[in-house]
Amino acid sequence: MIGNLPYVAVVIFIGLGIYTLMFKKNLIKIAIGVVLIENGVNLFLITLGYRKEAIAPIYTQAPSGQAMVLPTPQALTLTSIVIGIATTALILSVAMMIYKHYGTLDTDQVRRLKG
Amino acid sequence: MKKIIFGIAFIIFFSFLIVSAINMRTFGEPNYSEMDDYFIENAQSETGANNVVTSVVFDYRGFDTLGEATVLFTAVVGVVALFRGVKK
Amino acid sequence: MKEMSKIVRTVTNFVYGFIIIFGFYIIAHGHLTPGGGFQGGAVVASAFALLLISYGRLITKKFLKKDIMSITESCGLTMFIVVAFLGLGITFFYNFLANTGSWFGNTTVIGINPGDMNTGGVIPLMNIAVGLEVLSALGVIVLIMAGAAEFTKKKENS
Repeated sequence: MIGNLPYVAVVIFIGLGIYTLMFKKNLIKIAIGVVLIENGVNLFLITLGYRKEAIAPIYTQAPSGQAMVLPTPQALTLTSIVIGIATTALILSVAMMIYKHYGTLDTDQVRRLKG
Repeated sequence: MKKIIFGIAFIIFFSFLIVSAINMRTFGEPNYSEMDDYFIENAQSETGANNVVTSVVFDYRGFDTLGEATVLFTAVVGVVALFRGVKK
Repeated sequence: MKEMSKIVRTVTNFVYGFIIIFGFYIIAHGHLTPGGGFQGGAVVASAFALLLISYGRLITKKFLKKDIMSITESCGLTMFIVVAFLGLGITFFYNFLANTGSWFGNTTVIGINPGDMNTGGVIPLMNIAVGLEVLSALGVIVLIMAGAAEFTKKKENS
């Protein structure tokens, strides 16, 4: 059980993100919950590709005679981080426009469609 | 009342996640690594770059990078379109 | 937004050029050391955010213009697509410059070696294109959100 500690850390990240998404009412805190879930999934992708006592997959002046970590999950994580940037920028911009239109950021009071 | 139902549902879902995290395969021993062994062996002779991750991102899987650049461009288009009516 | 104190502005004056040069170093050596287009672009965009925080919005708008950044972003994405189409004789995204004798075409020594900058084929060109796109995309996002922060403040009398 103590060897699987990275997977338990990923589950704690995602659990905290889902808690913030379900139980908080401020729109900025909901945006923070989305970002927490996204970063937990990125961490999970990187920990899938580890080999015991291996070095980074780069040949420039590497110490000789050692195995290398798998490079494909790192490539997928790069794409996922950039998509996280796009999601965060758009959710924060929509929150700013809601504040201009309604005057408050409480999700219990932004329910009716105003003119 | 709604909070209690939310709380019970969250605790059940979180316990599923914890049990599945403890029963995953051992950390540090990948099951199937034939594709990545091919990438590590032949990246220097086929692409000519020392960095295997960069050659996977831009040469062996360049189509995913094209999709990602388009997503970033679309996000900027969305933000500019939302704030179009802002004067000085 | 208001500007910060004199100590912060002096340190920004000193450090701003070094951050941009470091970001371009990470972009250019993407095929030899860890890094590449996306990481270097994010480092240069953090220099723009530093300028925006320490000098306030009005002075930064005279220094970094949105129109030039928008043109740079479009040029970066266009260059990426043109380089992808140039290898269409064999397949889409073919590395047609690797291991030939021309531009970026030396062969690498197999195994552990100190890196040679002239290798890599089409990968350094794609790194520069994606780096230009990411730095100007993040710069445009930060500038527009800073400009709209005044617009979305609640009015006092309504």
